[in-house]
Amino acid sequence: MSAGRDPGLQPERTRLAWRRTLLALTVVTVLAVRLGSTGGPVGTLASGVAVLLWGAALVLCWSRGTGTGPARTGGRTLPLVAFGTVGLALLGALLVMSGLW
Amino acid sequence: MWEAIKRWFDPAEARAVGETPDYRFSLANERTFLAWLRTALALVGGGLAAAQFLPPLPMGHLREVIAIALLLLGGIVAVRAVDHWARTERAIRLGAELPASRFPAVLALTVGAGALLLVVAVLVRAVGAG
Repeated sequence: MSAGRDPGLQPERTRLAWRRTLLALTVVTVLAVRLGSTGGPVGTLASGVAVLLWGAALVLCWSRGTGTGPARTGGRTLPLVAFGTVGLALLGALLVMSGLW
Repeated sequence: MWEAIKRWFDPAEARAVGETPDYRFSLANERTFLAWLRTALALVGGGLAAAQFLPPLPMGHLREVIAIALLLLGGIVAVRAVDHWARTERAIRLGAELPASRFPAVLALTVGAGALLLVVAVLVRAVGAG
C-alpha cells in the first residue's frame, strides 16, 4: 500500500454507512406501513407511497452500498434520499392528522 | 433559497468551484451526511412509533402533538443535513474554513427540553393518580 493513502478503508466505511442508512430507512418504512394499515383509504394510499419511496431509495442507493474498489462520492443521490426522508416525515404527519378527524 | 436547493441537485456546478480535494475528505463529508440522515430517520421513526404504540393521552391530543413534533424535527434534520453537506463540500474545495453551525446545540437542547417536559408530565400524572 502506498504511504499516506488508505484505498481500502475509506470507501468501505462509506459503503457500510450507506447500508446502515438504508437499513434505518427500511425500519421507518415498515413503521409507516404499519401506521397506514390502520388508517382507512388515506392510510392505504400513504402506505403505498411509503413503499414506493423506499423502493426508489433502494434502487438509487444500491450501488452506493455494494461493490469494491473506489467509491463514488456526492452527486444527486444525497439530496434525493434526504428529500425522500422528508417525504416519509410528511406522510407520517398526514397519517397522524387524518386519524384526528 | 431556491438557488441553494437547485445547487444541491446540480453536481456539475458543485465541481466547478475550487479544486478536487483528496477523496477521503469527500467520503468523510458524505459519511457525516449519512449519520445526520440516520438521526433524521430515527426522529421520523420515533414519531411514527409514538403515533401507533403510545396509548391515547388525555391532555389535548398530546400523543399526536409528540408524534408530529418528532416527524417535523426529523424532516428539518434531513434538509439541514443536505445543506451542511453541500456547504462543507464547497468549503473543502475552496480550502476555506468549514462552516460553523449552531444546529447540533439547538437540536440537543430541543430534544432535552422535550424529554424534560415529558418527565414532568409523567410525574404530574403519577402524583395525581397516587
